[in-house]
Amino acid sequence: MPVKVMIPSPLRPYAGKRDSAEFNAHTVGEALGHLTSEFGDLRKHLFTEDGKLRSFVNVYVNDEDIRYLAKENTPTKDGDTISIIPSIAGGCI
Amino acid sequence: MATTVQPQTGTKPAAGLSNEEILRYSRHLIMPEVGMEGQLKLKNAKVLLIGTGGLGAPLGLYLAAAGVGKLGLVDFDVVDFTNLQRQVTFGTSDVGKPKSEAARARLANLNPDIQIQSFETQLTSANALELFKDFDVIVDGTDNFPTRYLVNDACILLKKPNVYGSIFRFEGQATVFGMPDGPCYRCLYPEPPPPGLVPSCAEGGVLGVLPGIVGSIQAMETIKLILGRGDNLIGRLLLFDALGMKFRELKLRKNPDCPACGTHPTITKLIDYNEFCGIRGEEKPVEANVPEIQVEELKRKLDQGEDVFILDVREPHEYQISNLGGYLIPLGDLPKRVSELDSSREIVAHCKMGGRSAKAVDFLRQAGFKKVRNLAGGINAWAERIDPKMPKY
Repeated sequence: MPVKVMIPSPLRPYAGKRDSAEFNAHTVGEALGHLTSEFGDLRKHLFTEDGKLRSFVNVYVNDEDIRYLAKENTPTKDGDTISIIPSIAGGCI
Repeated sequence: MATTVQPQTGTKPAAGLSNEEILRYSRHLIMPEVGMEGQLKLKNAKVLLIGTGGLGAPLGLYLAAAGVGKLGLVDFDVVDFTNLQRQVTFGTSDVGKPKSEAARARLANLNPDIQIQSFETQLTSANALELFKDFDVIVDGTDNFPTRYLVNDACILLKKPNVYGSIFRFEGQATVFGMPDGPCYRCLYPEPPPPGLVPSCAEGGVLGVLPGIVGSIQAMETIKLILGRGDNLIGRLLLFDALGMKFRELKLRKNPDCPACGTHPTITKLIDYNEFCGIRGEEKPVEANVPEIQVEELKRKLDQGEDVFILDVREPHEYQISNLGGYLIPLGDLPKRVSELDSSREIVAHCKMGGRSAKAVDFLRQAGFKKVRNLAGGINAWAERIDPKMPKY
């Protein structure tokens, strides 16, 4: 069940400069688990010390926010895209 | 469904256009979607731009050109040489001038028929409500989290639309917050990231055209709100990837438990946004407590032939701009390349301005390095105070 995880540019330095990665996963949590096992530096940017997804990191399956689905237990199917959307503030005053 | 913004009452709305205005706006007037009725809506609209920088440049230019009757420009900054790469409102002769005033002069030249008010002030919890109250639409083109939460909360309290845009390197986001049935910034991001985790444009860089595109999208959304035409980005987060040249869209939902716009809001007045974002003036981040060396002391040591190992933790493309002949290990590679360093030697780490190298020094000290210090102010301080021929960037 390959799903694609999109990595936003602020987090790419911690993910070997990759913009996406594919994993076999049945849930969002499983895919993010694979992602942070492969790129250990990403973990602290996505999860708190007790393993909860950080509140300023939004995760979507396709175009839906997982907070309104089943959070990290949200099931994924073949071909789904998981997007990590961190807050960015730039306007470059 | 189109959403119309109701103009603020208090001033008598303009009932018609002069012959010069009819000529100026003729390409709008011949479109049925705008026409005389739409152009008068624009003429009677009042839009406040928070920030006149990268996003504010296309916003100001297009909204002034379109004939938005009153534009407010809030910015406390002055035009810097490094702004000119993307902030197309300003010319080289504007360097050193206050941005709000330089932008006002440029926009007044573009369209003398509109009213432009510049506010050379920092937006704060003390002045935001007073500044916003006379405007119909607020456009957020700021560059920091505290101001974004402040703009959001003030818009919710005053029930005003907040046209949002933000950029980083090659990516942008845009949406419309603050509409009665739509979500707000806090529905999307309930909490800000801790300071230092997300780099700013000064650290991460930004491609100059990107704010032009995202700011233009904000201008388009602002004009659609005023005209009451088309589908606005309400409840939709538009993501733009300039490298892949792709637009994507995510659904944004109004959070019923949102502290600002939910059914039982707990934010009933503006708060201390620096504190909310974890920025406390007296407290410095951990890395700021690492030992430092001033550029003058480093120069003296090098002149005296002392054994100082200069560690450059910037990226290779920055090394090409300027360097001190240091040994290059980008900060991100440091953990896996730490064995290349000799802990018995005196090490001075530097980057562009001292932020990344402070992290490097903190990391090296935790790894057991005792004789490692951070070059305060980075290579730009060296260029400023030691070698005036070296470029700053």
